[in-house]
Amino acid sequence: MKQYLKNKNFRAGLLITGIMILAILIGLVWTPYDPNAMSGSEKLQGPSGAHLFGTDNFGRDIFSRVIQGAGATFLIAAAAVAIGLIVGLIVGGLTGFYGGVLDEVLMRIADSILAFPSILLALVMIAILGKGKYNIIIALGILFVPSFARIVRTEVAKQKNTDYVRNARLMGASNMRILFLHIMPNIIPVLLSSVAIGFNNAVLSEASMSYLGVGVQPPDPSLGRLLSEAQGYLFQAPWYAIFTGVAIILLILGFGLLADGMGGE
Amino acid sequence: MGDMLTVKDLRVTFLDNNKEALHGISFTMQEGERLGLVGESGSGKTVTAMAITGLIERSRVTVTGDVVFEGMDLHRCSRSQLRSIQGPGMGVVFQEPMNSLNPLIKVGYQVEETLRIHTKKTPEERRKLAIDALDRVGLPNPDEIYSKYPHQLSGGQRQRAMIAAAMVIHPKLLICDEPTTALDVSVQAKILKLLKELSDEYKVGILLISHDLLVVKQLCENVAVMYKGNIVEQGKTLDIFNAPKDEYTRQLMAAIPKRRRHE
Repeated sequence: MKQYLKNKNFRAGLLITGIMILAILIGLVWTPYDPNAMSGSEKLQGPSGAHLFGTDNFGRDIFSRVIQGAGATFLIAAAAVAIGLIVGLIVGGLTGFYGGVLDEVLMRIADSILAFPSILLALVMIAILGKGKYNIIIALGILFVPSFARIVRTEVAKQKNTDYVRNARLMGASNMRILFLHIMPNIIPVLLSSVAIGFNNAVLSEASMSYLGVGVQPPDPSLGRLLSEAQGYLFQAPWYAIFTGVAIILLILGFGLLADGMGGE
Repeated sequence: MGDMLTVKDLRVTFLDNNKEALHGISFTMQEGERLGLVGESGSGKTVTAMAITGLIERSRVTVTGDVVFEGMDLHRCSRSQLRSIQGPGMGVVFQEPMNSLNPLIKVGYQVEETLRIHTKKTPEERRKLAIDALDRVGLPNPDEIYSKYPHQLSGGQRQRAMIAAAMVIHPKLLICDEPTTALDVSVQAKILKLLKELSDEYKVGILLISHDLLVVKQLCENVAVMYKGNIVEQGKTLDIFNAPKDEYTRQLMAAIPKRRRHE
C-alpha cells in the first residue's frame, strides 16, 4: 500500500474514487430530493441553487438521480466483479494447480467464452434469463470468469514450482492448504489491478445494457438509464447528459488510475 | 541403530523425453548419519533428493525401485500416508534462501507450519517452540524475527530461519540441497557448523547435496560421488579424499583449487 501511495496516478485515483464512493454512500441514506418524485412545474430546468444539476423532463432532481444511479451502477459492477473473481479464483486456482485434463477442458471453455464480444454474450444471457438488475449481475459475472481465471491460472502455475511451495508440501500441507494459504496471497498484488480494470468494464457494460433497456428497469435510476433518458433532450437540457456522463467518467477514471498506479510500478 | 533410510535400485525416468536420469542407485543411511552426495550439475543429485522426498511430480516421471524411510516404502504408500510420515520425519533446506520462504507470510508462522499440520499444540506452545527453534539456529532476537517478513532478513538469516522451520519438529532426516551455495564464504562456514551441531545434538541424519567436495568434507563422515545418474564411488569421506578409486572422483578432486585443498 505504501509503495502504491508514492505513485501519482494511484493517489489521484484514490481521491476520485473516494469522492465517488462517499457520494454514493451518502446517496444511500440521503438525497436532496426523492429521485423518483416528479414535479410538473419544474420540468427541464437548468442547474440552479435549488437543483444542482437541474431537472429532467418529469421535473425530477438530476443530482439526486445521478447519485442514486451511480450507486446502482456501482453495486451491479461490484457484484458482477465479485462473482467473476470468486469463480475465477476457484477455476483458475484448480486448473493452474492441477493442470492436466481439467485444465484443458476448463480453459477451452474459457477461450470460447472470450471469443465472443462480451456485450453480445451478455445480451444473449439476458434474453435467456430475462431483464432486470439481478440478471445483469449474473450475466456480467459469468462473463468475467474467464479473464480472471486465466490470470489466476498463470500466476498459480508460476508459484507452484517455487521452493516455498515445495517446502510446504514436504511439511505435509494438503493441496488445498498449499493452494489457498500459501499460493493465493502471493497472487493478490497481480489480481488487484485486474480487479480495478474488470470493475471499469463492468461499469461500462452495465451502462450500455441499461442504456439498451435490458438492465435496471424504470423508474429506478442507473447511470446507463439516465443517459438513455437524457438522449431525447440533448438540445433542450444538455446538462442532463453532461452530468450523467461526467459521473460515469469519474467512476471509470478513478478505478482506471488505481489500476494504473498498482500495475505500473 | 538401524537403517533410517534405504534406497535401493532407484531409477527415475522423465516422461517427456523418455530419458533415464537415475540408473539404479542404492545407498543406506543410519540414524544420525551425515552423508554427502557430490557430483557435477546434471549428475542426478537433486533428482535423487526429490525422489526421496516425494516432491517429484508423479505425473512427469516414472520412479522405480525402493525408498524405505523408517520402515515405510515411500513410493508404495498413499499421499496421506506420505504426508504423515514425511512432515514430521524429513525436513528440507533449499539452495536459495530468497525463494524458500513465502514472501508474504511472517517467518514465525512458517516456522510453525509443521507443528500446525502435524501436532495438536496450542498457539502459545507453538509460538514458544518456534521461538526456541529460531534461537537455537543462532538468530539474534528470535522474538522480533518471529514477527518479521522474510524480506526483512539477510540471506544468512533466512537460511537459518529455513533450518529452524525444518528442525522445529525434530525430524529424523534433514535434506540440504546446496544449502550454502548462495551464501558468501564466511556465512557458509557458520551454517555448516550449525548443521553439524544440530545433527549431533538431535541425532538428525543429514543428506547433503553439493557440488563442492570441500563443503561435504567439512560436514559429512560419508560421501557418495555421483556421475551421470550413477553412484560411482561411496565410502568414508576421509578414505575417498586420501585414496580416490574411481577416475571421475580423481578428476573431481583435481578440480579443487590447490589453495583451498587443505581447508
